[in-house]
Amino acid sequence: MAEFVTPEQVVATAHSVRAEGYRHIDAYSPFAVEGLPEALGKQVGRKLSAIVLCGGLTGCCGGFFMCWWPNVIGYPLNIGGKPFNSWPAFIPITFELTILFSALSAVIGMIALNGLPMPYHPVFNAPNFDRASRDRFFLCIEASDPKFDLRETRDFLESFDPVEVTEVES
Amino acid sequence: MDPVETNNLTAVVETEEVLAPGQTYLSVSDHISDMVLEWPIGYRWAAGLLLALGLLFMLNLALGVVFTVGVGVWGINIPIGWGFAITNFVWWIGIGHAGTLISAFLLLMRQQWRTSINRFAEAMTIFAVACAGLFPLAHMGRPWLFYYLLPYPDTMGTWPQFRSPLVWDVFAVSTYLTVSLVFWYTGLLPDLATLRDRAKKRITKIIYGIVSLGWRGSAAHWSRYDMCALLLAGLSTPLVVSVHTVVSFDFTIGIIPGWHSTIFPPYFVAGAIYSGFAMVLTLAIPLRKYYHLEGFVTMKHLDFMAKVMLATGLVVAYSYVMETFMAFYSGNQYDRYMMVNRMTGPYAKVFWTLIFCNLVGPQLLWLRKFRLTPWLLFVVSLVVQTGMWLERFVIIITSLHRDFIPSSWGMFYPTRWDYMTFLGTLGLFFTLFYLFIRFLPMIAIHELRDLVHKKQEEAHAVSH
Repeated sequence: MAEFVTPEQVVATAHSVRAEGYRHIDAYSPFAVEGLPEALGKQVGRKLSAIVLCGGLTGCCGGFFMCWWPNVIGYPLNIGGKPFNSWPAFIPITFELTILFSALSAVIGMIALNGLPMPYHPVFNAPNFDRASRDRFFLCIEASDPKFDLRETRDFLESFDPVEVTEVES
Repeated sequence: MDPVETNNLTAVVETEEVLAPGQTYLSVSDHISDMVLEWPIGYRWAAGLLLALGLLFMLNLALGVVFTVGVGVWGINIPIGWGFAITNFVWWIGIGHAGTLISAFLLLMRQQWRTSINRFAEAMTIFAVACAGLFPLAHMGRPWLFYYLLPYPDTMGTWPQFRSPLVWDVFAVSTYLTVSLVFWYTGLLPDLATLRDRAKKRITKIIYGIVSLGWRGSAAHWSRYDMCALLLAGLSTPLVVSVHTVVSFDFTIGIIPGWHSTIFPPYFVAGAIYSGFAMVLTLAIPLRKYYHLEGFVTMKHLDFMAKVMLATGLVVAYSYVMETFMAFYSGNQYDRYMMVNRMTGPYAKVFWTLIFCNLVGPQLLWLRKFRLTPWLLFVVSLVVQTGMWLERFVIIITSLHRDFIPSSWGMFYPTRWDYMTFLGTLGLFFTLFYLFIRFLPMIAIHELRDLVHKKQEEAHAVSH
């Protein structure tokens, strides 16, 4: 685990670490750093988009069906001969439910895909890790990585001039 | 509220930048999390909370009376079936819209000035919608049958009237409350992690730890998080427009003059943003003063918010003019009389106060001096909020009390229970808001850090 002061440092280091051949790496920052997920080789986003789309379509179809079924099949009422399937009148509810289901699936999807809630994670044992949610940027090379060697990896990280390099027990 | 010590970065630095110069990731994180974790409970905060709780108690009493005795304790009658309750409902929902606009729409427009204000503006939205939601419930003649509005398969095989705007309201307002809550909570997640990491007492650490869900700031998580925030912003923006449109449809389906008008949806949405920004200013100006946030909620924010208020105020003014013009141009005697009655009838004083508050007062904001003097801006924001409440009152009561046939005309006089219910909801709103500023970071810390980063990059680019 290496601690850095600026986001540019951690992005540059991530590029180099990846170029060196490490794969099980992660970075922790107090805000979203541009270019960092790509530098780490992580592809994010397609699953979330799909979840939100499914949620939205569910809301849309479900909402419309909820309005349509009672008025056409379940308990149709003849009001001055007006059409049972008065779809313009069903639009507001359909729209609101689309938004509701999309928003809920976005948030629940994001939280679930991130693996949260996860109250315990080994990185919390890193000394000074509370700075990760304040002003410092951390790069972590996991021991599960095939190239990992305690001494070599440590020296390699030290070469990028971090504030500190520490070992974290899992 | 009175800090034990102030370091020189929290000294009053009035600036017209979006962020006071000299801020770092650490300074912004620490200032805002200190407000929750370190600063002692000030007497001002405690006094404010006590007052708000008093008003909340009054709300409890007023609602208790309405639910047990009936809506007759209010001044409503036939023909004026809707009085303060719906006025308050529309007023509170309108106020809520600015928060969502700031959080969502300004995010999509990539406006940096949203950063310092969006957290408490979104909190304002949630609390305002909570207050608004009480009224549809309370104004029912048979509130114990409220669940008839919900679509569940019942033993009679009946369903709510899905073609009615009153039912659309149920879905719109519930969706709005839920989406706002969820958007707000998502924004809070990383900040709750910051509070968890800085908390000294074990119990505080545990509580913030639970609600932050173990957020650790991993890069992939941030990427998904940003995507989620952008999606929510994109969903919330049309939601804002649609919710107040649906609320305006409550009136437009009616056939009485002054209600049955297609101008209502844009008119209401503009009015909502108008009163909403006024409320954001009413909250922002004292907050920045008493919590030394002048470096974060700067003159630029006040300036921009004042300009938005002025712009929407002009749209509202245009709507009034158009409404009046169309009433006369239509040649319809009932529409014409509705307008004449508003201007010269029994509620004329209310109408002209409304015109002064909404049209004349905010024109002061053309002057830079007014936009950049906090206490003047505060007064103008209160004037605008009063004006917007009066507008809802005028729309509802003047159209109801004199419609087509003179034999069905009547008068509405508010009773003490009307006033108590309204002031009581102010109590609910401020109680929730005081609790919010005590226990949660009132400015989005992680977004501020991002802003610091952007500012550093800009400064870097300029110097090269």
